[in-house]
Amino acid sequence: MIAALIVVLPFAGALLGLLLSRYPHGRSPAENLAANKRAAWFGVVPTALSAALIGWLAWENTPSTNVLTVIDTGGISITVGLEVTELSVLTAMLVGVVALAVQVYSVGYMRGESRYPSFSAFISLFTSAMLLVVFAADLMVLYVGWEIMGLCSYLLVGHWWEERANSRAAIKAFLVTRLGDVGFLFGIFVLGFAADSFRISDILAADIPQSTLVLATLLLLAGVAGKSAQVPLHTWLPDAMAGPTPISALIHAATMVAAGIFVVARLYVLFPQPTLDVLGVAAAIGMLGAALAAFAQNDLKRVLAYSTISQLAYMAAALAGGARDAAVFHLVTHGAFKALLFLCAGAVIHHVGSNLLHHMGGLRRSMPVTFWTMTIGYAALIGLPPASGFFSKDAILYGLERSTSPIQLLLYGSALLTVGVTGAYATRAWLMTFFGTGKIQALPEPAPGTAHIFDGREAPPSMLWPLGVLAVPALLLGFTDVGEFHLAPAVTALVVALLGAAFVYVVWRGSPERDPARLLGAFRDPCEQAFYVDRLYAALFVRPVLALARGVVRTDDGVVDGAVRGSGRATVGLSGLLRHLQNGNAQLYVTGVLAGVLLIAVGAVMLG
Amino acid sequence: MHVVYPAVVAALLFSIGVYGVLARRNTILVLMSVELMLNAVNLNLIAFDVWLRDVLHSGQVLTLFVIVIAAAEVGIGLAIVLAVFRTRKAIELDRLRDLGEP
Repeated sequence: MIAALIVVLPFAGALLGLLLSRYPHGRSPAENLAANKRAAWFGVVPTALSAALIGWLAWENTPSTNVLTVIDTGGISITVGLEVTELSVLTAMLVGVVALAVQVYSVGYMRGESRYPSFSAFISLFTSAMLLVVFAADLMVLYVGWEIMGLCSYLLVGHWWEERANSRAAIKAFLVTRLGDVGFLFGIFVLGFAADSFRISDILAADIPQSTLVLATLLLLAGVAGKSAQVPLHTWLPDAMAGPTPISALIHAATMVAAGIFVVARLYVLFPQPTLDVLGVAAAIGMLGAALAAFAQNDLKRVLAYSTISQLAYMAAALAGGARDAAVFHLVTHGAFKALLFLCAGAVIHHVGSNLLHHMGGLRRSMPVTFWTMTIGYAALIGLPPASGFFSKDAILYGLERSTSPIQLLLYGSALLTVGVTGAYATRAWLMTFFGTGKIQALPEPAPGTAHIFDGREAPPSMLWPLGVLAVPALLLGFTDVGEFHLAPAVTALVVALLGAAFVYVVWRGSPERDPARLLGAFRDPCEQAFYVDRLYAALFVRPVLALARGVVRTDDGVVDGAVRGSGRATVGLSGLLRHLQNGNAQLYVTGVLAGVLLIAVGAVMLG
Repeated sequence: MHVVYPAVVAALLFSIGVYGVLARRNTILVLMSVELMLNAVNLNLIAFDVWLRDVLHSGQVLTLFVIVIAAAEVGIGLAIVLAVFRTRKAIELDRLRDLGEP
């Protein structure tokens, strides 16, 4: 019951925001401001209520199931219901807190933006969909939420659609995740038909043969890779950074991309070893590759995007290695600190008016609050004690060390290497943003699609409060699970991370004006291009599909339209011949009539 | 007198009328050709009435009708010809092509 309220509240907020924000209609600046104010209330209040209810649910801590209705489809029926489990409450807590922080943050970030009402309404809709995924008791209901999330991601990435690159990025994000979702839907079908029910509890309890499970989970894995930006469907996430920064924080760092990991964790007992091995190989490649790519990026948001891919691959590796609880733990801590990092990056970008790291520098003094909160975020990302990332990474490494997976060595080695590279890229971004000398004199007026420049030194309070609120869990969340702490892997990870960080620091110290990414040498360009995966996909899939589409257009123009137009032209040509008879000479007509009468008469005589 | 003679004469008259309707350019001559055709029919009616020895002489009665209607028809036809001549200064049939396809 409470769960239903939690899901419905943000949805109602979205409806109200879309329908009533602009009532009465008007487009003058004053009316725009009033609409934005109303939309902010519609966005913040339901999300806050929902977050409070999640808190209550977590405090009560009683698993329950509520079924609204059963849809009889003639085949396997669909149960519209919500199920509260420990995992779902934990994830919902993360979603609620991050969504609330982002709603409050975007009030300041999108100030004066004429499309703010739809923006905040879509955030509410997204929150509702994500909560539906988290609480769904039926795979079909989960899939509904799953698709609405994808739609909201598309709408919000393309929020500044005036810039062609932004709408292209939105379409790319939508198409790539859709590609995975097709597999996901078929995976649901296979599971549903094998268990004769779409209810998750029934499926988990059903006795499904191993081969069916492998097929179904591999199909599910396609959707998981699409949503969670795992290799090979990860290419959309860096481009999705074209969206406004709060969106990157909410959807592309903390919640939607974590949904894939969540689904695997929710259905974990179904995943047989072969599927987990596939997941593990993809994760091992993804985490190291994405971390290296993050090291070479020049755009702060893209650094964080690749970092997200890398951290999600961590969770996937933990799942593949059998450490489900560690994966969920990292999911929650990562959601908190990555949302924090993105919101801080938004504040920095707001201040500087540019996304590029080499436009930044020396912001430590002018933005003290952002500096400290972002430092906490980076500390959690690197895994420095006592920040939350330290504990969750330790749990994952411990799990991977103990794993009985056949690819344990690959997973563990890749994870350890990635810890080092993570230390390096986080330190690089931190140093280049906040230290050295300021490099901005005067940037041109930003085009739509980039953030506005503020005159003030620090971001407005509505942006700073969420930073402070998120910094607390990013710093302290690790202590909730401190009983599971293991010293040996923690020290190993810490040493490796510090090694990476120190290496970058020494290089940066040598000449603070230059990018530490030069460390990579000849390897820098491949890293910056993310190992040319985009180009490979363009050559393998995009260009052939475009050529095919052009062929279809030409066929439609030439053959189908040609047939229609040709029949018209043939009729006109033939009737042109008959037209010559209608020359207006009545005697000719009479001659024709007489000839006809004669023919009929002769015919009648001959045949009669 | 055998019925074949008037029948042949009527057929010849009718053919002359058809030729006039189809080939003459002058509208008044076309009207006269129509009269020829009507009179060929009248000749036929009389001849067959006599040959069949019809007690009621319906052939002759019908002929009287046709003569009256032909007179009326020629009156209207000539009036039309006059009207056409007044408006267009021409009564040649092949020059009156306003209803033709342009």
